Amino acid sequence: MMRIKPSAIVMALYLIFLMLPIYWLVNMSLKTNTEITSAFTLWPHDLTFRNYRVILTDPSWYMGYVNSVIYVSMNVVISLTVALPAAYAFSRYHFMGDKHLFFWLLTNRMAPPAVFALPFFQLYSSVGLFDTHIAVALAHCLFNVPLAVWILEGFMRGVPKEIDETAYIDGYSFPRFFVKIFMPLIAPGIGVAAFFCFMFSWVELLLSRTLTSVNAKPIAATMTRTVSASGMDWGVLAAAGVLTIVPGALVIWFVRNYIAKGFALGRV
Amino acid sequence: MDKTQNNKAWFLVLPVLVLVAFSAVLPLMTVVNYAFNDTFGNNRFFWAGLEWFEQMVTSSRMHDALGRQILFSAIILAIEVPLGIFIALNMPKRGFWASFCLVVMALPLLIPFNVVGTIWQIFGRVDIGLLGRVLNDLGIAYNYTNNPFDAWATVIVMDVWHWTSLVALLCYAGLNSIPQAYYQAARIDQASRWAVFRYIELPKMKGVLLIAVLLRFMDSFMIYTEPFVVTGGGPGNSTTFLSIDLVKMAIGQFDLGPAAAFSLMYFLVILLVSWVFYTVMTNLDREEQK
Repeated sequence: MMRIKPSAIVMALYLIFLMLPIYWLVNMSLKTNTEITSAFTLWPHDLTFRNYRVILTDPSWYMGYVNSVIYVSMNVVISLTVALPAAYAFSRYHFMGDKHLFFWLLTNRMAPPAVFALPFFQLYSSVGLFDTHIAVALAHCLFNVPLAVWILEGFMRGVPKEIDETAYIDGYSFPRFFVKIFMPLIAPGIGVAAFFCFMFSWVELLLSRTLTSVNAKPIAATMTRTVSASGMDWGVLAAAGVLTIVPGALVIWFVRNYIAKGFALGRV
Repeated sequence: MDKTQNNKAWFLVLPVLVLVAFSAVLPLMTVVNYAFNDTFGNNRFFWAGLEWFEQMVTSSRMHDALGRQILFSAIILAIEVPLGIFIALNMPKRGFWASFCLVVMALPLLIPFNVVGTIWQIFGRVDIGLLGRVLNDLGIAYNYTNNPFDAWATVIVMDVWHWTSLVALLCYAGLNSIPQAYYQAARIDQASRWAVFRYIELPKMKGVLLIAVLLRFMDSFMIYTEPFVVTGGGPGNSTTFLSIDLVKMAIGQFDLGPAAAFSLMYFLVILLVSWVFYTVMTNLDREEQK
């Protein structure tokens, strides 16, 4: 008889606990509204894809996804572009005020978005950026840039300094060395930093909702508004929820071995 | 790694400085401006000095929100940290199942905060939710919309569901960095399972555990979206945490002065804790490099 290890039981229970609410959401998204409200069923008896069809054919719904994807990608690009040279500076040099600067960056990761919501709204309104994708992308830089700097610095530390010196002796200029030699060396680090920027920009709602009204409204905010306006269309709500999980679930597979290192800000 | 002194490195840091200054310092200065001034609209401000701060420090509303917030963060840490360590110890070390566990565990972390709220709102409902329905069928009167205790339980279980994996993932990474030789040595010494945990695994996890505790503390201390979606701060004010109260005050009632003073104090608390965290962490880094 096969012996089952207690650790396997613990893990199975924990994974079931994690999956159960998600399963319930998927389950609801495949039911009709009558089945949701009138019958209590553990799986959809009357399987329907209507809820998904509503979302994928109505611009006011699917544009939410497009908007989210646009500002998230902008944010990832901006964050990485500015964070790469900065992380290199922190990992290689001592300079005046470096420790204080690093600490100041950390405090921004820890700043409660609620504190910033209203000032952001006024700041971006006054420069005419309200309800644009770039406004949300810039606002999310508040916590993503510090995070990217931290993660990249952690990975860059692992690259021996001799590589830099050899490249200079071989006559590489700094930009060429950085792009041709250094960046490929820390490619996993860049991937992980990109993943984390993607993730935190994707899950954030308070700032993105405050800074947008129509043109750049993220899907997460679309969900809250439509639900309160049209009564309770549980099926569509559940389907929209499922669709917000999908992108995360897709990218997670590629970084599975580095997730923990990223969360530890590169310090494992 | 020994670093060279080079002040030109500032040029590499400059873009980050400009960008973060734009998105952090400018708004913060707006908040400071509100905190010390009174306004009757039209962008005309009057100096109010410390009036808002006095009002906030003595207001029972803020004391209550702060009390709830501290209680919430304490419960969250007391559950998630031991549970996370326990899960990490039980995770498979390598192979397909290790990857599988990693992916499933990371899944809740990638769900937008308000969708997390929506999931639990649906899951806990008495009429259509699995949890609410099953609990009631078992004879437990559970209803998170009108019973403060149930509302608290729901919000806490939701947070445990959402974030325990983070603690577990961090501990798992720490555990995986322990060389096998340590365990072999322990076996030769006939160390008990507890001794292995106490003297080998726990010290090796210290660094990541510190990060986990502080990330969890920070994020639970400024939690907004999830409880807002599930309970909306209710029933009554029973789940109105600091951020929820702050947003209510600033955007709902437009009491800019008090809200700003509140924000600044909130931020100072966060700053203080970040500083402790940073100091301890850099000391750990230095010890390791020795």
